[in-house]
Amino acid sequence: MSTPRTLFEKLWDDHVVLSDTDGTDLLFVDLHLIHEVTSPQAFEALQIAGRPVHRPDLTLATIDHGVPTANRELGILDPLSKKQIDTLISNCERTGVALFDINDPRSGIVHVIGPEQGLTQPGTTIVCGDSHTATHGAFGSLAFGIGTSQVEHVLATQTLPQPKPKSMSVTVDGNLPPGVTPKDVILGIIARIGFNGGGGHVIEYRGSVFEQMSMEGRMTVCNMSIEAGARAGMIAADEATFEYLKGRPYAPTGIEWDEATAYWKTLTTDPDARFDTEFRFDAADFAPYVSWGTNPSQTIPVTDVVPDPSSFSDPLDRDAAERALAYMDLDAGIPVTDISIDVVFIGSCTNARIEDLRAAVAVIEGKQIADGVEALVVPGSGLVKLQAEEEGLDQAFLDAGFEWRDAGCSMCLAMNPDVLQPGQRCASTSNRNFEGRQGRDGRTHLVSPAMAAAAAVAGHFVDVREWS
Amino acid sequence: MEPITVISGQMAPLPRANVDTDQIIPAQFLKRVERSGFGPFLFWEWIHDAEGELDPEFVINRPEYSEAVVLISGPNFGSGSSREHAPWAIEDRGFRAIIAPSFADIFRGNCHNVGVLPIVLTDEEVARLTELAENPNNEVTIDLAAQSVVSGDLRSTFAIDPGVKHRLLNGLDPIALTLEHADEIEAFEATRPGWKSSLLPAPSTE
Repeated sequence: MSTPRTLFEKLWDDHVVLSDTDGTDLLFVDLHLIHEVTSPQAFEALQIAGRPVHRPDLTLATIDHGVPTANRELGILDPLSKKQIDTLISNCERTGVALFDINDPRSGIVHVIGPEQGLTQPGTTIVCGDSHTATHGAFGSLAFGIGTSQVEHVLATQTLPQPKPKSMSVTVDGNLPPGVTPKDVILGIIARIGFNGGGGHVIEYRGSVFEQMSMEGRMTVCNMSIEAGARAGMIAADEATFEYLKGRPYAPTGIEWDEATAYWKTLTTDPDARFDTEFRFDAADFAPYVSWGTNPSQTIPVTDVVPDPSSFSDPLDRDAAERALAYMDLDAGIPVTDISIDVVFIGSCTNARIEDLRAAVAVIEGKQIADGVEALVVPGSGLVKLQAEEEGLDQAFLDAGFEWRDAGCSMCLAMNPDVLQPGQRCASTSNRNFEGRQGRDGRTHLVSPAMAAAAAVAGHFVDVREWS
Repeated sequence: MEPITVISGQMAPLPRANVDTDQIIPAQFLKRVERSGFGPFLFWEWIHDAEGELDPEFVINRPEYSEAVVLISGPNFGSGSSREHAPWAIEDRGFRAIIAPSFADIFRGNCHNVGVLPIVLTDEEVARLTELAENPNNEVTIDLAAQSVVSGDLRSTFAIDPGVKHRLLNGLDPIALTLEHADEIEAFEATRPGWKSSLLPAPSTE
């Protein structure tokens, strides 16, 4: 009888080309996603070395980080972004890599379009020069972010030498209280296990909460695995996964679909398999969360007050909390619901899928955003945008006073014109609240789409569970 | 890549936890398509004061630390993004190694590819090195072959993956090493099932 294995171990074993004696495995990469920001130096180095792209057929490029989300007819006005984007276009033309260009409705945030096109499939290894690549783990795949030298390595060889990470299970069983969304689940997990709690590990999310979660919700959860320091996050594929994939452009069809699903169904953690580290939480203990600090683990329930730095026993944690409160211009002890906001951003690879937009609209319908609040909605892809418009979500946002934009990474990392002004405070559905992340001296509070939408209307944070 | 054998020189103390990639190099500097020249943007928000002037108090701005080659910092250094621009900026500014109690995984791997040595020591060892680094006259010597760190009264050893160590000591190109296994890669590719997703032929946009 074979040794019981975790889902992660099965995915790993199935992609080992060869094992080195020093403990490093050479992993085959099934899908390599690239974008304009982390690829130009890789293509250039490849060209200098005279190396071809080994598998253009397993590589897909899109343009997301630097694209404007408004007035696209004017073109890309930032000369550096334009050069970067033009460089990607010419690199793809030269090497035969498929590119979803800006005007292609299939383009959008790299982690939204892979699943949308059915390219993200169970049992695959997926890499991208972006730390939120773990998003794709929602389909029972092994997906992780890489640096530019590794992008070059994958372009040249379709493989990557990797030390095998440790395995971790995060189990959440029970029923989530009403008003608690997938974003709250992952924020709550990060608050509990810490900013580097998953360091050196691949997390498998297990338990009834994830089994009952939609694919969009699973993507939100896996997306933020890196915010707990984890190499990747994953959820075993099930009927919901197959249902989501079936009929998508790049999903297998006919007899190949049957062969694929037969394999995919084997990709679950064996009953007696052991994880290196295990966490277990009760769904009933989760709430809508708001981050108060400058890393995603500095997060508390909306019903709490901003913590006092003196309550942290570790001197570095205390120092970090003091720095965070000073940067965020918050006083210890004030209720989260007393924090006023200037800007609301609904978007990013964490929360810019159709379900996220529906959740926001459910909160704002028939209401107006508060005076002085700027609010923008940036769909995750051109196709999400089109679907939202078919459902009338765009009009609901516009009627409430939101701006309705084109797809892109936008204000999640402020590489395009969507930038917070110094001192502005933002309720954001994105994934990082680092200092300056959304613009110099901008202040980011991470929340779910429903919490962000409610904050836009109220002008300050509110508990969506008491929203009417 | 140049081989790394012994790194010896001044240390710069940055005793902060969770120094993230957005602090190491903010996103507005990621638009360049070149691989070099990121040094002036290192710790952009921290090297400047509220008025946008260079902050003379910040460690890497202080003239007495202008020769620093090793950065001493807190746990979870390099957390956040996968941007290799972060170690590029660190290297371009003249740093050859970073010593901290822990590193974010992607950042550590990027450092290995850039040729900046990320060294994990214990909290106590890093605290002692931080104290030593407060005096800019103190130096540190890192010997990769011996896996040792020596400064003043501190003598410690560090762990490193043997394959990475071999590659860095000899300045080897990881892609060339992998391409030596082209036959094994081809053999693996032959075993992949036909239903695995492929971008070719491109489906219609209907």
